[in-house]
Amino acid sequence: MNIAVCIKQTPDTTTRVKVGPGGTGIDEAGINYIINPYDEFAIEEALQLTEKNGGEVTLLSMGPASIEKTIREGLAMGAHKAIRLNVDKTPDDPTVTAKALAETLKNGQYDLIFFGKQAVDDDHGQMASLVGELLDLPTVTVVLELHVDGGSATAKREVEGGLETIRFSLPAVVSAQRNLNEPRYRSLKGIMQAKKKTIEVVEPALAEAHLVVEKLTPPPAKGEGKIFRNGAQDAAEVVRLLREEAKVI
Amino acid sequence: MNKFESPDYYLVDNLLTDDEKMIRSAIREWVDEKVMPIIEDAYQKAEYPHQLRGQMGELGCFGANLPEKYGCAGVSNVAYGLMMQELERGDSGIRSSASVQGALVMYPIFTFGTEEQRQNWLPRLASGEAVGCFGLTEPDFGSNPGGMLTTAVKDGDSYVLNGAKMWITNGTISDVAVVWARLDGRVRGFLVEKGTPGFSAPEMHNKHSLRASITSELILQDVRIPEKNILPESGGLNSPLSCLTQARYGIAWGVIGAAMACYHEALNYAQTRIQFDKPIASFQLVQQKLVYMITEITKMQLLCLQLGRLKDSGEMNSNQVSMAKRNNVAQALEIARMARDILGANGITAEYQSMRHMCNLETVKTYEGTHDIHTLIIGNDITGIPAFK
Ligand SMILES: Cc1cc2nc3c(=O)[nH]c(=O)nc-3n(C[C@H](O)[C@H](O)[C@H](O)COP(=O)(O)OP(=O)(O)OC[C@H]3O[C@@H](n4cnc5c(N)ncnc54)[C@H](O)[C@@H]3O)c2cc1C
Repeated sequence: MNIAVCIKQTPDTTTRVKVGPGGTGIDEAGINYIINPYDEFAIEEALQLTEKNGGEVTLLSMGPASIEKTIREGLAMGAHKAIRLNVDKTPDDPTVTAKALAETLKNGQYDLIFFGKQAVDDDHGQMASLVGELLDLPTVTVVLELHVDGGSATAKREVEGGLETIRFSLPAVVSAQRNLNEPRYRSLKGIMQAKKKTIEVVEPALAEAHLVVEKLTPPPAKGEGKIFRNGAQDAAEVVRLLREEAKVI
Repeated sequence: MNKFESPDYYLVDNLLTDDEKMIRSAIREWVDEKVMPIIEDAYQKAEYPHQLRGQMGELGCFGANLPEKYGCAGVSNVAYGLMMQELERGDSGIRSSASVQGALVMYPIFTFGTEEQRQNWLPRLASGEAVGCFGLTEPDFGSNPGGMLTTAVKDGDSYVLNGAKMWITNGTISDVAVVWARLDGRVRGFLVEKGTPGFSAPEMHNKHSLRASITSELILQDVRIPEKNILPESGGLNSPLSCLTQARYGIAWGVIGAAMACYHEALNYAQTRIQFDKPIASFQLVQQKLVYMITEITKMQLLCLQLGRLKDSGEMNSNQVSMAKRNNVAQALEIARMARDILGANGITAEYQSMRHMCNLETVKTYEGTHDIHTLIIGNDITGIPAFK
């Protein structure tokens, strides 16, 4: 099987993100970057499939040379090779990224194209669907379980209050939900081998952006908490405030 | 408590390569997820967590700096050191299992063994499928291993071994023991396999330290092993001592991890524990302790990094390793004691790690050459006068 996994570098989920000087991006100083956690499930699924059926896993990622460090993390998990779509900065408009990825993916003849269900930095959650549409491929998102059988596959996906099982033909686009599998640890051997794997650099033609980030604002600071000191006697008041003030019940 | 992040006061990270950092974070993630949740319980019950061994093999923790050809990862010595740091951040016993297997079993087989011995043992030891131990210390010969009484006698196409070893890490569960014995008066290494008649390895119990690690005696009574089980290139006390240099190198790095864990815990605690209406971190005496800790950790990091670069360039000598082992273990122990102190009564409980590290480090101070023996080694080196006897 020939599998592509599109991955994105995101700040470590434990980072306390600060708004950068321009007010439209984050302050990158001191940030530790990782593979978007959902993408790790995608890589793991791709690796398991090629371990079972043979074939290769190619990682694709769009960004400046500095993201190669993160791409190597994916190669260290066991992906065979990678393609970096060279841009100075990851575009704000998901469509621009999707078009560039789709163009590159067209050259690869992949049986499956994986994504994480969303990137934990901008949380657009559009990439798999956009690329699937651009390539005119069946696209299944938020997948919890995947079985591939020759030229077709079934996937279980999360829907409100339950699970949906979908059958679809390959080639296809799939986006991974948490718990699709248990991503492997990077081994020392894997890390050493990753040094020898190639990251091909391509120069994508960038489409016009129709969307720009205008402003980034941190969430409002939490107000001071209220303390009730009279135990059960306060219950009625607590319920009233939860309903009328906090509006959570 | 906050997720563990290693303190880096002097931006030592700037001196590390990307793959060295990647190796560190890979091991750290594993320790966070697989060691931290179980280690306190294993320590309390004095049980070696067997389930970690295969995982450590998969990660490549055993003999990580030996060649890929034998199933090892072939990482740089600095990366190897960072791996040890992360393992010992979990527990000295877990780090010890990697030290013994890699530096004291795989290294001598690799260095003094035949190609057949390497092929037979190294891949299995690297994967964790097989376990090994290193038998040097005897009941009456600890700091002075040169006095050892264990003997080997050639008899036809076998060797017959007699003697007793003590304090042997992983002895009881080992598939192969690297046993040091005198053959015609000269110290040689022998591979003694599990199940050989006359060979037994009872476990030693009731330790206050290194409780998540197995410590054993090795009893050798007319143990007959085939001729091919001698390590042919070994000869003289320098052979086992060169293994100890490898292991001490890893220890010097490892204890940085234990010290970091204690510092991280003490700093967090000091910032949140309120006494006299203030966090205890606001008192000068507490700050002094925290400052001592971070300063010594920073010095330990720099000492090890340069030592590792020297090892990678082939310029390291064993006296330099003695200095790092001696200094870093003593400072880590001091830091663990201070952390325990800052934690007050909580510091003696299993809710916190510092006392476990503190107790473990008492072993680390003694094994692989005691603190004082390393003093004498360096003293001998700089004055030219041996002061051992
Ligand atoms: C948990 C654990 C695991 C171990 N694992 C192994 C293992 O896997 N393999 C192995 O071979 N050994 C192992 N050891 C043994 C360890 O290496 C020895 O304990 C160590 O070498 C010290 O020997 P000793 O305990 O006999 O102490 P001794 O040599 O009796 O020393 C006692 C004290 O006397 C001091 N002393 C001794 N000689 C001098 C001198 N000339 N001048 C000044 N002071 C001196 C020492 O510094 C120390 O303070 C292990 C020990 C422990 C506790």
